[in-house]
Amino acid sequence: MKGWKELEIGALTKAGSADEYNTGSWRAFRPVWIEENCIQCLFCWIYCPDSAITVKDGKRGEFDYMHCKGCGICAMECPGKKGKKAIVMEEEGK
Amino acid sequence: MGKVLAVTGNQAIAEAMRQINPDVCAAYPITPSTEVMQRFAAFVADGKVDTELVTVESEHSAMSACIGASAAGGRVMTATSSQGLALMWEMLHIASGMRMPIVMTLVNRALSAPINIHGDHSDGMGARDCGWVQLWSENGQEAYDNLIQAIRIAEHEDVRLPAMVNMDGFIISHSIESMEFLPDDVVKDFIGEYKPKNPLLDIENPVTMGPLVLPDYFMEFKRQQHEAMLHVKDVVLEVAKEFEKVSGRSYGLFEAYRLDDAELAIVVLNSAAGTCKDVIDEYRDRGIKVGLLKPRLFRPFPYEEVAEALSGVKVIGVLDRAESFGGFGPMYMEIASAMMTNGSKPIMINKIYGLGGRDFMPEHAAMVIDELKEIAETGKVKLYKDYLGVRE
Amino acid sequence: MSTTPLRLKELSKKEDLLTGGHRMCAGCGAPIAIRQVLLAAEMPVVVANATGCLEVSTTIYPYSAWKVPWIHTAFENAAATLSGVEAMYRALKKKGKIKERIKFIAFGGDGGTYDIGFQSLSGAMERGHDIVYICYDNGAYMNTGIQRSSATPLGANTTTSPAGKVIPGKLQPRKNLTKIMAAHGIPYVAQTTPAHWRDLMTKVRKALEVDGPAFINVLSSCNRGWRTPTDRAIEDCKLAVETCFWPLYEYENGKLTINQKPKEKKPVVEFLKTQGRFKHLFSPENEHLLKKAQELVDKEWEDLLREERMWKAEEGE
Ligand code: SF4
Ligand code: SF4
Repeated sequence: MKGWKELEIGALTKAGSADEYNTGSWRAFRPVWIEENCIQCLFCWIYCPDSAITVKDGKRGEFDYMHCKGCGICAMECPGKKGKKAIVMEEEGK
Repeated sequence: MGKVLAVTGNQAIAEAMRQINPDVCAAYPITPSTEVMQRFAAFVADGKVDTELVTVESEHSAMSACIGASAAGGRVMTATSSQGLALMWEMLHIASGMRMPIVMTLVNRALSAPINIHGDHSDGMGARDCGWVQLWSENGQEAYDNLIQAIRIAEHEDVRLPAMVNMDGFIISHSIESMEFLPDDVVKDFIGEYKPKNPLLDIENPVTMGPLVLPDYFMEFKRQQHEAMLHVKDVVLEVAKEFEKVSGRSYGLFEAYRLDDAELAIVVLNSAAGTCKDVIDEYRDRGIKVGLLKPRLFRPFPYEEVAEALSGVKVIGVLDRAESFGGFGPMYMEIASAMMTNGSKPIMINKIYGLGGRDFMPEHAAMVIDELKEIAETGKVKLYKDYLGVRE
Repeated sequence: MSTTPLRLKELSKKEDLLTGGHRMCAGCGAPIAIRQVLLAAEMPVVVANATGCLEVSTTIYPYSAWKVPWIHTAFENAAATLSGVEAMYRALKKKGKIKERIKFIAFGGDGGTYDIGFQSLSGAMERGHDIVYICYDNGAYMNTGIQRSSATPLGANTTTSPAGKVIPGKLQPRKNLTKIMAAHGIPYVAQTTPAHWRDLMTKVRKALEVDGPAFINVLSSCNRGWRTPTDRAIEDCKLAVETCFWPLYEYENGKLTINQKPKEKKPVVEFLKTQGRFKHLFSPENEHLLKKAQELVDKEWEDLLREERMWKAEEGE
């Protein structure tokens, strides 16, 4: 860790650096994406508190498991297809 | 050279602020400093300054807005007194911790209760540990000069700390004295352009200011503040030297008055120093070797230099215009600490005087010198700490 | 400048200005709201944050989740701090040192907004700074461990208004801050929730567009304080709106619009019953409190409807 001579004065902090911090280890449950049930509504993306759903060119991609805390909001809000959810929560380590 | 005018202390401060022309001022009225911001508001209204004046709803918000403005990336000033400073107290620490070079005039006034609007130093002394550079001023001229120099000190690359300039409420703030003002362009050149450091408004280079710092890093930032304070003495002297070139007036870390061969000495801040000097002259005429030390830089306190200046003195009377109930007055504690740095062991007494604007008269100064003389002769101290000018 | 349409496909192409890796609890409503606010903004913004969960958890040194310029100074003064930032912006713009248009957003929780920061908020609004103050209201001092605030709803069990043997939780109804802010006569005031992302983002855009101060009150769930499972943040906000506990409305230059009227107004117990903080209200001896809670909701809702009718009548609609 840096000493006082090396640190920017006044505790100035680099913008966006939390991106490097792993909160994935908090997870007790893991969201799993079932692509065939996905209608690409992106509700999961707009409601995720941890910016943990990747989207590319307007299309949903994989979870960002380094940041996902496993809250389950995405699974709760996912409408899925014909009553079948595109996100299910599974216990970690199972 | 500049103009000589007869003005009040507050007017002198407002005039310095007009010449400094800060980017933002955020202030709230409080006696006896109100006139500073009133006059400054008139400068803003008449277009004599470019300043954005933020007329906040409390002193707490005044200092908060000053910090926001300073963080945004420009020069920021304010003024307050007493309860106003007390309400700011939380934000004073934040201004210094975030390393914001805000410059504030503190027109010294007693703290309640009982409520009292007159001058003493309880407010400034209460802010002693807030991490601000503190300069103290005997009269309007010194306050004006100190304020202009404070800009350079606070903003100095090696310092980057907030600074407050103290001046006695009413005794100086409201009395008219003749003093010399520098020409506007001289002040402008002297202070120079403000150089922002990682400003918040630089949207191309976003920064996070004021994060949560846990025990793993907190102490490193405090050590940095200590380091900045260590640089202040040199910067104060360097700035004073340059100021002397443009003004002809010389300043140091403190003023030593007839101290060279003194056996007895008075240490006192601000306006009371003037009264003491006159009395010292009378005693000198009678062959009594008495001198005076008037600190200018109180934070950081120049311990070694003060000790050196007082090293030949046998008895010191430290006058405090503020109480530390159950302890010695704040100035006494500093002088006692200073004397530890060079091992000289003068006898020291402490007098609490002038609280809530109680007059400090020449006979009070004479009483102190008489007592110092008696102690020098007998080696006996009746009371180390006592009140001066109080009715039994 | 073309504006990003408020469609998720288009919005998802914008950069997320709050990164992951912050330390808010799993399932907290606040970061959802913050992400939406920052996604709505179409110009550079500078943020001031009051002390609180959001502030501490997003900026644990040396990490910061904020990609926009961000400042925190203390608890009660986000509005005052931002006043200073905005004043400096005006000063530097006047001098030509800054060219671009920048907007200013303050975030505070209900403690920092309804209570300790109320004075500085009111002052900043009265002075007319061009800032948007956004309160994320989760109805208690969650950062210090769920103490009651003036935003805490009637009957809620908090650590300083515990449901005990004699006193059944908080005895006072919550303060209606949105109305108080409307009474400031500022150009824009609104109330919304992150569950209604399009409503929230529309409001943020309106607030940023007005010249002068704006205030938005965002209901935000806290699963620790509300005692709900971590996946309930959005569902509970939906219920708050469907029961009219938290109506979606806005004041544009003083004119009220109710943005959503539930087809069927659900009883407030629907909102209360999913949350552990109201559990004790469902015991028989506290029935009167449930009744009172419903009366409070009904009164607020009817007042809003009446006020809106008045506006419509005036405009001959
Ligand atoms: S479980 Fe929660 S944190 Fe993880 S992706 Fe879903 S909403 Fe985001
Ligand atoms: S909420 Fe469900 S259906 Fe919608 S994009 Fe996400 S995974 Fe697909």
